[in-house]
Amino acid sequence: MSENEFGNPEVVEEDLDILIIGGGMAACGTAFEISRWIEGTDLKVKLVDKAALDRSGAVAQGLSAINTYLGDNDPADYVRYVRGDLMGIVREDLVYDVGRHVDDSVHNFEEWGLPVWKQKGDEGKKLTEGGKPVRSGRWQIMINGESYKWIVAEAAKKALGIDRIQERVFIVRLITDKNDPSRVAAAAGFSVRENKVYIYKFKCCLLACGGAVNVFRPRSVGEGTGRAWFPVWNAGSTYAMAAECGATLTLMENRFVPARFKDGYGPVGAWFLLFKAKAMNAFGEDYQEKNFHILKDNKYDAYASGPKMGTCLRNHLMMKEMREGRGPILMDTPTAMARLAENMTPKEVKHLEAEAWEDFLDMTISQCGVWAGENIEPDKEMSELMPTEPYLLGSHAGCAGIWVSGPDDLPGTPDRYHWGYNRMSTVKGLFTAGDGVGASGHKFSSGSHAEGRIAAKAMVKFAVDNKDWTPEPARSSEELVEEIYRPVRTFHEHKDYTTAIDVNPNYITPQMYQLRLQKIMDEYVAGVSTQYQTNAKMLELAERKLKMLWEDGPKMRAKDLHELLRAWENYHRMIAATAHMKHIQFREETRYPGYYYRMDYLDLNDDDWKCFVNSKYDRDTAEWTLWKESYSQMIKPADDEPQGMRRPGSSV
Amino acid sequence: MPTYVRTEKCDGCKGQDKTACTYICPHDLMRLDKDGSETGHAMKAYNQEPEQCWECYSCVKICPQQAIECRHYADVVPLGAQVQPLKGSESIMWTIKFRNGNLKRFKFRTRTTPEGSADPYKDKPSIDMAEIAEHGSLFTKATHSCDMSQFCQS
Repeated sequence: MSENEFGNPEVVEEDLDILIIGGGMAACGTAFEISRWIEGTDLKVKLVDKAALDRSGAVAQGLSAINTYLGDNDPADYVRYVRGDLMGIVREDLVYDVGRHVDDSVHNFEEWGLPVWKQKGDEGKKLTEGGKPVRSGRWQIMINGESYKWIVAEAAKKALGIDRIQERVFIVRLITDKNDPSRVAAAAGFSVRENKVYIYKFKCCLLACGGAVNVFRPRSVGEGTGRAWFPVWNAGSTYAMAAECGATLTLMENRFVPARFKDGYGPVGAWFLLFKAKAMNAFGEDYQEKNFHILKDNKYDAYASGPKMGTCLRNHLMMKEMREGRGPILMDTPTAMARLAENMTPKEVKHLEAEAWEDFLDMTISQCGVWAGENIEPDKEMSELMPTEPYLLGSHAGCAGIWVSGPDDLPGTPDRYHWGYNRMSTVKGLFTAGDGVGASGHKFSSGSHAEGRIAAKAMVKFAVDNKDWTPEPARSSEELVEEIYRPVRTFHEHKDYTTAIDVNPNYITPQMYQLRLQKIMDEYVAGVSTQYQTNAKMLELAERKLKMLWEDGPKMRAKDLHELLRAWENYHRMIAATAHMKHIQFREETRYPGYYYRMDYLDLNDDDWKCFVNSKYDRDTAEWTLWKESYSQMIKPADDEPQGMRRPGSSV
Repeated sequence: MPTYVRTEKCDGCKGQDKTACTYICPHDLMRLDKDGSETGHAMKAYNQEPEQCWECYSCVKICPQQAIECRHYADVVPLGAQVQPLKGSESIMWTIKFRNGNLKRFKFRTRTTPEGSADPYKDKPSIDMAEIAEHGSLFTKATHSCDMSQFCQS
């Protein structure tokens, strides 16, 4: 394609009723549920994915476990588990809603062909036939999950039909309605394969493009930059597009810092839970036991009940060892394997070894690469653990995201938790699921799928209720094309000013833009280089630097479509990162020790901060407004829950 | 380990309707150099941004020529090891070669049904639009049992 053609994209406009933005587990759940509900209607639906449905989203590589399957548990206990892990502040209505629907998604996966491990004697018996799954924890079940996403996508594609799916189109902007600025009317993006801009008008949409990765400087900065624990293509697009459309965000101060096998970031869940391995410091001490007493120092013990505590608190106990020079932290894999093998036949031992390797080959192949490269066989030698760089997400052990309306049928749901349509944001017609929904973590793959289904049903209702409404986008196609393709024009206008295209005073490459963002976040907003610590003064500097980064956003260049993709991804990362910084600045306490520390407010402060922090962004002024939103407990505290669960939310 | 493409094995998927690796990569890394102007190898694919590679192996697994392999992140991992899969329709075979030459081989199931056979609505109930506003059920009507006495306001 010639330069001229590249600068002037063809504009494709389409009128729809419902647009699904994203192709991961949540979007596939939506595709599955929605196609049934629209059967008797004439609603027009389309799904757009920046990648290919078979391998897009966080499950692209596969998984070795499904982390949310209730089985014999009651949904109320699922709520207790989630609020326990997330330090007491979650939307219990949303969590409960996922809990009561999630198992059906898992049953469907199994029916479509996903192999679910069964206990001895139940092999070949489906979960729905009473087959007992192999559990690695109370909520987790083991699977042969290399093709997990492939299978789920296959069903989604069949449900929706290929002609309703558009792959390799990256939506970068939502557009509000001309007559109602609190309502979404359209979405715009571009093809990463052809010189085309796409503008979709609709009554409502699902925004489900995952969390935010590579916002912070990763521990590896060469080729290893790509080895993030969460998928590197999760660019914060969900949070950024929602914020720029005026949607309220919640708990964006929350983040996830998984402690994983060092460098490969392979999973530790099966080792801890299934194989019962122990972690220790350099001197062989069980730091969890040894350091347990420090939880009292800053009132963190309000959310620890015996050895049961939130993931961030376990990190906290580990980080003390690292800060004080008693690293490396090692997982004693050989002892765990030897103990398991004690009463096994050689054949069973071989099988056990295969299971241990499959845990990684199914979902983090890199970990096997690290071990093979360093001649480490985990059954013979211990491996290092390391907390990763921070990620923003709403589906795993984190709860950043969008503030959404929940179901209205659960007893005691406060009015401020629902305003009509389930999983709709504060912007009319803008729905989300999976990583997009805030204050409701621990959905994982299966819960994200179930939540996509919940949103699907609500969107059909919304579209039917708004049958006679016609969207009128507040911005013209010309304006959108101008904005979306600006990095391309910038490149062509200035590239000949210097002899080498990458160094030019008139523009910044998307890669340098990302590195600048990562440096700011790492050094000022509690990244790995400061041991996850920050304070008001550091945040003030971060704010100033992020503002300038925002100002430089329109100066990103794109020399080809691939770089245009990166330019917009990094713009989204910058907005998501700014939300994260603003929220950390606002919450004057340390709610998630082990994820980050406000060193000037090191205590966990339930008197003032047992509440949500919500925010709203004004795209025209680039100003953020933040406020406290009160928390309501809906599920009775159980006897074995930590004492923090027995106190009400703070008044706001 | 970013993926790389073996020059002598890649045929650019010229006999097929699309280049498999460029189609599947979730991060838009794999690129087909049609005329050789980018790599010196016409009609061969390459990883255009190795430092953004998640090593998810989607390209490795889908390549019909088995032309794609991984050399683990050079800034992290010592040279000499390799982890290579061979994906069949219902299982995957892995060969792990350690730097010291040790070898391990594993085979795992990937699915219990033939590829392409997933039928989303087989034996599923049809919907009743009157239930569209009900939060307690999805179209499959398979909601988990709920002990309502667990609610504070029960």
